[in-house]
Amino acid sequence: MVDHAQNRQTTGVPKIIVKDLMILYGNKTILRDVNLEIKENEIFGIIGPANSGKTSLLRALNRMDDMTAGMKVTGDIIFSGKRLQAWKNLYALRQRIGVVFPLPVGLPLSVFDNVALSPRLRGIRNQADLQVIVERCLRRAALWDEVKDRLHSLGSLLSGGQQQRLTIARALSQEPELLLLDEFSIAVDPVTTMRIEDVLKELRHELTIVLVTNLVQQARRLADRTAFFLKGECVEINETEKIFTRQAKDPRTMDYVEGRFG
Amino acid sequence: MIMNNITSADNNRRRASADRRNMDWYLDLLVRFLVFIGGISAIIFILGIFVFITSQGIGFLLDRFDIAEFFGSPLWRPTSEEHPTYGALALIVGTASITGFAMLVSVPFSLGAAIYIAEFAQGKVRETLKVLVELLAAIPSVVWGFIGLSIMNPFIIKLFNIPVGLNILNAGIILGLMAAPIMATIAEDALKAVPDTYREAAEAMGATRWQVISRVTLPSAKNGLMAAVLLGVGRGFGETMAVLMASGHSVNLPTSPFDSVRALTATIAAELGETAQGSEHYQALFTLGIFLFIVTFIINLTADIVVRGIRKGNI
Amino acid sequence: MTFEATELNIRNKKMEKLFRILFLMMTLLLILPVLIIICLLLAEGHEALSVDFFLTAPQNGMTAGGIFPALVGTLWLVAIALLVSVPLGVAAALYLSEYAPDNWLTRIINLAIVNLAGVPSIVHALFGVGAFVLFFGFGTSILAASFTLAIMTLPVVIVSTRESLQAVPLAFREACWNMGATRWQTIRHVVLPNSISGILTGIILEVSRSVGETAPIMFTGAAFFLPFLPQSVFDQTMALSLHLFVISTQVPGVPEHLPFGVALVLIGIVLLLNSISIAFRMYLRGKKKW
Repeated sequence: MVDHAQNRQTTGVPKIIVKDLMILYGNKTILRDVNLEIKENEIFGIIGPANSGKTSLLRALNRMDDMTAGMKVTGDIIFSGKRLQAWKNLYALRQRIGVVFPLPVGLPLSVFDNVALSPRLRGIRNQADLQVIVERCLRRAALWDEVKDRLHSLGSLLSGGQQQRLTIARALSQEPELLLLDEFSIAVDPVTTMRIEDVLKELRHELTIVLVTNLVQQARRLADRTAFFLKGECVEINETEKIFTRQAKDPRTMDYVEGRFG
Repeated sequence: MIMNNITSADNNRRRASADRRNMDWYLDLLVRFLVFIGGISAIIFILGIFVFITSQGIGFLLDRFDIAEFFGSPLWRPTSEEHPTYGALALIVGTASITGFAMLVSVPFSLGAAIYIAEFAQGKVRETLKVLVELLAAIPSVVWGFIGLSIMNPFIIKLFNIPVGLNILNAGIILGLMAAPIMATIAEDALKAVPDTYREAAEAMGATRWQVISRVTLPSAKNGLMAAVLLGVGRGFGETMAVLMASGHSVNLPTSPFDSVRALTATIAAELGETAQGSEHYQALFTLGIFLFIVTFIINLTADIVVRGIRKGNI
Repeated sequence: MTFEATELNIRNKKMEKLFRILFLMMTLLLILPVLIIICLLLAEGHEALSVDFFLTAPQNGMTAGGIFPALVGTLWLVAIALLVSVPLGVAAALYLSEYAPDNWLTRIINLAIVNLAGVPSIVHALFGVGAFVLFFGFGTSILAASFTLAIMTLPVVIVSTRESLQAVPLAFREACWNMGATRWQTIRHVVLPNSISGILTGIILEVSRSVGETAPIMFTGAAFFLPFLPQSVFDQTMALSLHLFVISTQVPGVPEHLPFGVALVLIGIVLLLNSISIAFRMYLRGKKKW
């Protein structure tokens, strides 16, 4: 953990600023009074028990509230210096943000088309270019070796772990500036998890990563800073090291990290 | 190298088009607009039907329509030289008696079939029965009418030793056979919509299959079953060709199932071709159409409300 | 105690068996008469069927000859009706399944569809006369009859298409939206490719339905007897379904096997189309894509 601090290469420029965020489903409040800043090229960890509003935060960051019946977001989210609410072309916004949700979704297209879909939507038609992109993304998601001989079989029929990595490859194919990962390792074996974690460490040179995880040790391994969410509230945001070395500000964070609940 | 080139070219293009509404954005808007037209076309058509049949029948409604005669007199004599009358009572009774008879025959059987298919039958048997029922529902009404005319008619004449076999009995059976597959299908859907956990809970308490069906499944599905019957009634009420061909088509207040009757729908089908456009008779037929439209609208609305009751969690 | 329980059990078992048989009988009583009737139709009508029957026009005041013009006319009517109802119906289904918010307008659209399906066919015919024949000035023509048919069968297309679209899980759409795909891109790349076969199945059903409809075309464009084939959509035409009605009720002296033959052809076409649609559906169900 000592070299962790030396590893930090964040530019210090805020990529995302969240101000007084509140998220409602119908009239049920899922998340309230969230204020946080995520810096460019940072890996920002979010930990917390189930139903603490972590996933809803990610949905709001990707402006998916627009596509979700009953979901309402108030407060401000500023992404790359611009308020999310002010975006005229939400699709262009979402293209710049890659998302990986815990339930892996292999689209019912070929493995190749799964990964080539986003580039195609951006207007890349050249087959050779697409091949390069697909191979690179699949390699980075640690899936290439397993699927390179069956790129034309259905992505939706891969195993759960493979679909999860396919989802990651698809997110990477967007060439995102921001990558939102929601418990990505839930369906993946430990060895593959480690390989993907290595990829994430590399990726942080190019983009900003928000990592929601149920594995506190994963946050410890990867995140520069970590936020602890509990029952719809952001309890604490702190240097990851402090949270894991008994220097957390809030006793509840300490309790959670040390496994006393959650 | 190549990889980096693509990436940087790609990124440059995106920075340039940071937050601009592009082709894809406008295309999505266009499609949204086009499919919206498709969506509201259903409303336009249902309103259009009402407006156009009313506009053709309005003259009669305003000048000649007499509510007491229309609903009270059995004399439908639009072609009478000296004194035409437009009493629809016999036609309404004709439609009601055929539909009623059809329901009498087909409701028990369709619900029975629905129960068997949903609760008893399994695997291949179930699939086969479902397919057969679906195929029955596909037979066109004019073919049903022909069956009534050429197969049921001689059969009824022989069986009951009566001069004419085109009557309530004939049309009712034909209509029953027509409506049954539809009712059975909807009723089966309603039964299948009852969660298996209900059945399992009852079975865990030691209930037999029939006890589960009669005490759990049927009460839970009652709205859906009612909607099935209502839609069957609506179908019977609006059926035209089969009823025209099998009912005997004589204006008559029936006293027994062996009497010939005439239905509202059949009257329009039989007479519209022989009237001059815009004549009183022609407008009167459109008035029958308005009446049919309103009644079926109410039946369908009721069925819809009943079904909505299911979705609101009444099961 | 145990003795009583077993006796109760036996009685329950017997009851259950009884009900099982009762309901089976009811199901069979629903299906068997129809099978018998179809056999009777076959027995009476098979002698009418020949290649000539399909390829010649009715002769001698429709008391002889075949059904060629009626067959061709039905083809015209159904084809033009499809041209109208498929784009409209698929659009409506796409709107309801992919775009429509859960609001009052959507509820009214759904209600309108239910009612459109429930309006009696003869009322559709009156609408066709009032709107297409008179108001839009198509006259009694294939165009007017086909439009009437199209509006009548529109709910079939909408409902079956919507069902096929909804069979594609929401998670696939969300995955696409998350990548920045527009709704239309999502539909084009993921939803439609995975529901198109289901939509086709529904369209086959609609064709089958249209072939048999009689009332809506009676006063809008189908003629009792025309010795020649239609040359354009503004001509009247014969139609198979109306032909059956005409020769079985309106024309004296038709030999018995003739209407039986027409009825057989109609039933044959309809059952064939439905069987294709069912087989197609089962094939698709066996071929899981997720």
